[in-house]
Amino acid sequence: MLVDNFTVLENVILGSEGGALISQSLANARIELTRLAKEYGLEVELDIAVEELSVGMQQRVEILKGLYKGARVLILDEPTGVLTPQESDELFRIFDALKKQGVTIILITHKLREIMNITDHVSVMRAGKMVAHRETSKTNPEELAELMIGRKVLLNIEKSKAKSGKALLTAKNLEIYNEQGLKRVTEVSFEAHSGEILGIAGVTGNGQGSLLKALAGILPLSKGSIKIMGKTITPETHLNPKQLRELGVAHVPEDRQKMGMIADFSASETALLGYHNDKEINQGVWLKRSSVKANCESLMQAFDVRPNNPNLMSSNFSGGNQQKLILAREFERDPEVLIIGQPTRGVDIGAIEFIRKRIIEMRDAGKAIILISVELEEIMSLSDRIIVMCDGEITGTVDAKDANEATLGMMMANALQPQDEPKGAKL
Amino acid sequence: MTRDRRLSWINGLLLPLFNVLTAFIATGIVFLFIGVDPIEATKILLYGALGYDEGLGYTLYYATNFVFTGLAVAVAFHAGLFNIGGEGQAYVGGLGIALVALYINPAMSAWIVIPLAISGGLLFGALWAIIPAYLQAYRGSHIVITTIMFNFLASALMVYVLVNILREVGEMSPESGDFIKVSWLPFVHDIFASFGYKIARSPLNLSILVALFFSAAVWFFLWHTRWGFAIRAAGKSNEAAIYSGINPKKIIVVTMCISGALAGLVGINELMGVQHRLFLNFNYGYGFGGIAVALMVRNHPIGILIAAFLFGILYQGGAELDFELQNVSRDIVVVMQGLVILFCGGLEYLYRPVLIRFLAPIKESK
Repeated sequence: MLVDNFTVLENVILGSEGGALISQSLANARIELTRLAKEYGLEVELDIAVEELSVGMQQRVEILKGLYKGARVLILDEPTGVLTPQESDELFRIFDALKKQGVTIILITHKLREIMNITDHVSVMRAGKMVAHRETSKTNPEELAELMIGRKVLLNIEKSKAKSGKALLTAKNLEIYNEQGLKRVTEVSFEAHSGEILGIAGVTGNGQGSLLKALAGILPLSKGSIKIMGKTITPETHLNPKQLRELGVAHVPEDRQKMGMIADFSASETALLGYHNDKEINQGVWLKRSSVKANCESLMQAFDVRPNNPNLMSSNFSGGNQQKLILAREFERDPEVLIIGQPTRGVDIGAIEFIRKRIIEMRDAGKAIILISVELEEIMSLSDRIIVMCDGEITGTVDAKDANEATLGMMMANALQPQDEPKGAKL
Repeated sequence: MTRDRRLSWINGLLLPLFNVLTAFIATGIVFLFIGVDPIEATKILLYGALGYDEGLGYTLYYATNFVFTGLAVAVAFHAGLFNIGGEGQAYVGGLGIALVALYINPAMSAWIVIPLAISGGLLFGALWAIIPAYLQAYRGSHIVITTIMFNFLASALMVYVLVNILREVGEMSPESGDFIKVSWLPFVHDIFASFGYKIARSPLNLSILVALFFSAAVWFFLWHTRWGFAIRAAGKSNEAAIYSGINPKKIIVVTMCISGALAGLVGINELMGVQHRLFLNFNYGYGFGGIAVALMVRNHPIGILIAAFLFGILYQGGAELDFELQNVSRDIVVVMQGLVILFCGGLEYLYRPVLIRFLAPIKESK
């Protein structure tokens, strides 16, 4: 954890100030850090506020902090979650240097590719127990995946070619401010067609989240327009989430815990969020408990949610099952447009496979799907068309069959040379 | 019994019970300090509150007020709002009742006047809550601060109204004239008498039925209507509410109106039921007592009936203690109330870890 408005140097000495006055320890730290930075190739400007650094650089500061305090073992929990592929590669290069200096690195990750590429040994945890230890060179991703969930999994979902139809959602020149009043999206235009999955890639915090919220009616537009199912949303004519649902727009939010469910509510009540005004569930003023329960039971059946107990508190389900319940709630009302954020974040591999299959089924049923994910691998394996966002703008549009991690990564960092940039907004 | 079941028993029943018992033990220690035998004091308190029909009448009469203010706090709490303004809302609600009961055509039937007067209380209570609610929802002023301030405003307003407007010509004391007869709620002892049963006179009146009705109504509203669902959703998670198409700002205003309206009902017991006139500070202490009542039972409308009854016992029994024992004053009620609030509100989870360890341990999963 870093203090955003402290400089790099101040952050590093936090917790080891070594006296009432910090000037001396600041001076000492400066000398020591310069040495460390040289030795490990971890150059960072020391007098810049942390908030002005990119996430990749902040990651470096964290590591420097550990080394400055004399760490011989570094434990990193999902360090690449917020990095572009290029930044991740840079991080792994640093790991290599540290390894040569005799530092032990424990990397906790759910990305099998990282395990295969940079580790020497791998241990697999399942349901709170270590189930296997392997030498990385003597194992393969398929085996690891199987160990992680206890059965064979399909890592690559098979899907047929998309039968793309008419545009169900047209966004034009969107400009969106977030809840804090910061501009997050500028001049974004795209179309989503029926029978097609449109993937939106980008490093976390580059405007995709705000875009998703605006499409779902949670954030208003400040410029531009969205045409959904024949209705038009503009800054003047806002549609709220309820009205959008009535139009046939389903929304699976990025933040499952805070937005998609209510931890203290029973599963049957979480399964009602957004649909509590439905006629089938209400009779006059009376919200019929029996219908609420029946609704939840049928959703649980359809998406194999376990345990299938509608009275259990939502927080008592595993992440995968919570997500399945939310997806069931949104998918089973036969929407026409689906807006899906991070469908498999914090979900076990078994559920990932299940969820991805369901998303493709919805596509094949002729729905328009907009998929936002920070997992490039997910975007690439599910989408038919991909747009990439960086700093609130579209920095690239590619057909899924032409996409590869390197170009997408460059677009995510907006680092493509002007001449080969496929000039954003135009589709 | 599943672990979830047991946990809900622990949270819903055992914890409040243990907390109240602890508060009583602490009260006993206070009694020892001032040289009173706690056993003797308990006997007097319980006998005074429950032992004979006049005492029981008083106990239920006090409890009625606590039901109204307790419900007010509970409803707000389910929307994530802490309404400290029950005191002021009850006070101004009394004004709404008085205006109907003083100025309506006395020839009208009680079947029209009484519901109208009750509506007056509901309306004025709601109005007194709507400004703090608006400020919280749209201007970001914290509801705790504004409702406290509104209690003071209510006091000032009522003094002004009673002294300058409602006081009868030639009267010295700041109170209104008598309400018209048809607005009076019948006493329970009168009703019993009309059926031939003689019970002692007490201020207990038909408001207690209104209190029971509203407890049931609040319970139904919160858990069996879509509006209750929306209120609870907004109270638990602002983001999830917005996601569901619920407007949290609107929920704040609507919920506070309901809360204020419920507090405004204190006047039907105090004014329409007993005093039949509006006077200064008739609401004294019930608004704050309601907070303790609601906290004690985690804002459950049915639990509030029990908690309000307990507070009724404390009020009535405390008055008896004051009467019977020389070195105990009526303020002992405030001490007991304080201890109940401390153990039920502040130290709510004191026994939870122990109870869970013994009654619902986490089992090794297979």
